Amino acid sequence: MSLMAEVGQKAFNLGVPLAIHMDVTFRCNERCVHCYLDHDDHGEMTTAEIKGVLDQLAEAGVFFLTFSGGEVFMRRDFLELVKHARRLLFNVKVKTNGVMIGEAEAQQLRALHVDTVQISLYSHRPEVHDAITKLPHSFERSIKAICFLRDQGLRVTIANVLMTANLSDHYGTQKLAAELGVQYTLDPTITPMMDGDTSVLALRVPGEELVEVFRNPALVPNQEEFCAPPKPPSDEDLEGYPCSAGHSFCYISPYGDVFPCVQFPLPTGNIRQQKFLDIWNLSPQMNEVRSIQAKHLSTCSSCSHVASCTRCPGLAYMEGNMRGPSTADCEKSFYRTGVPTANMLLQGLDKPRGMSGQGSPLLQIHPLAVSA
Amino acid sequence: MSETYIARSSTIAARMLAGEMMVMNSADSTFFTLNPVATAIWQGADGCTPLREIVRERVCGEFDIEPEQAQVDAEQFVTELSGHGILRVSDQPLAGSQEVSR
Repeated sequence: MSLMAEVGQKAFNLGVPLAIHMDVTFRCNERCVHCYLDHDDHGEMTTAEIKGVLDQLAEAGVFFLTFSGGEVFMRRDFLELVKHARRLLFNVKVKTNGVMIGEAEAQQLRALHVDTVQISLYSHRPEVHDAITKLPHSFERSIKAICFLRDQGLRVTIANVLMTANLSDHYGTQKLAAELGVQYTLDPTITPMMDGDTSVLALRVPGEELVEVFRNPALVPNQEEFCAPPKPPSDEDLEGYPCSAGHSFCYISPYGDVFPCVQFPLPTGNIRQQKFLDIWNLSPQMNEVRSIQAKHLSTCSSCSHVASCTRCPGLAYMEGNMRGPSTADCEKSFYRTGVPTANMLLQGLDKPRGMSGQGSPLLQIHPLAVSA
Repeated sequence: MSETYIARSSTIAARMLAGEMMVMNSADSTFFTLNPVATAIWQGADGCTPLREIVRERVCGEFDIEPEQAQVDAEQFVTELSGHGILRVSDQPLAGSQEVSR
């Protein structure tokens, strides 16, 4: 086990919130076709409020802090927030589309010793990227930002969301990242919109198309192991927990709402009304999430994939049951290994229905009503 | 005898976890955890307190360790961390380091 993994396990065991994802705004200058956010401002936390939250997070033991949005640079105070976070000695990662990053912003991020800047880029072809972001010339501006940041010596990662609109472009985008000398990640997860609208799920890549991604050695180095049929779960596997959400990780929205994860919209409290550590330690919802072990999962506990599945409890929650299966992950497990999941067998399916999750009952997700 | 002054680098992130200090250097993502003795030296690395005094006050005062051995260990620790660019070392006082809040 690496030192980092050991520390992660220690934080998990102790219930220390080692990592936080904080969206500082939902406003954005792009209108990406797959985005789940409502881009209006319903009462974002002020500069002083966010600084106060950061003080609390440092006190709570948070080490890894990801600033994201929306587009973080839509906030004029964003660099001031980063400066405060760095003064508190957080390891800071920034997720941005880069459109508002010029040479001066890149220099400032470098001077603040930000760990990594992740830039969303959906294709190596400008016309495809701009059609997804709906912002003309966004490709050109994001590429310029990548170059400015890279030239400052910052670690840059291109983050590509795989969807039907850019399905054939992921090799080209990966090649572009290599040519630019930056890292590359690919994520095929498309989530329902915050208002419960599931139409965006039509952009999900059909599971059978993911097989090609799973066979890409640059993305999946240990293919033989990754695609191997699942081993029977051990007792230890069944005693295990699904992921770090609520254990050593959580998400804070621009309105101060605290959730177990950015992809797990179960409200657990609001930081404008309670101290962070009170929510983290005492919220019944957070404690319920923490109590769920693999053996408690309604269908998945009997699934041969239970030990190796990427089952996301947040996606399961959005399907109506945080202890139930996440259909999208069932599909991934099936197409990764060729072995049907318990959820599929229960429904009498020998292959997934396709367009995962669409048609399933999905919760409506709204920001909590908060009076400042 | 010349003194040694140590200060934490501005490139680092740091936090206490269960009595041990986690330290990461953003320049190259090197990641360390410091044991309680090393953590005590790290916390004393304010740039203006001589290493000898840090060892006397924060190490020998808190841990059951011989002063000579503590000084040798501290110097080795400082050399190692400065080699990774996460501690600055000088024979003159340095600009102050940030406090580690927890």
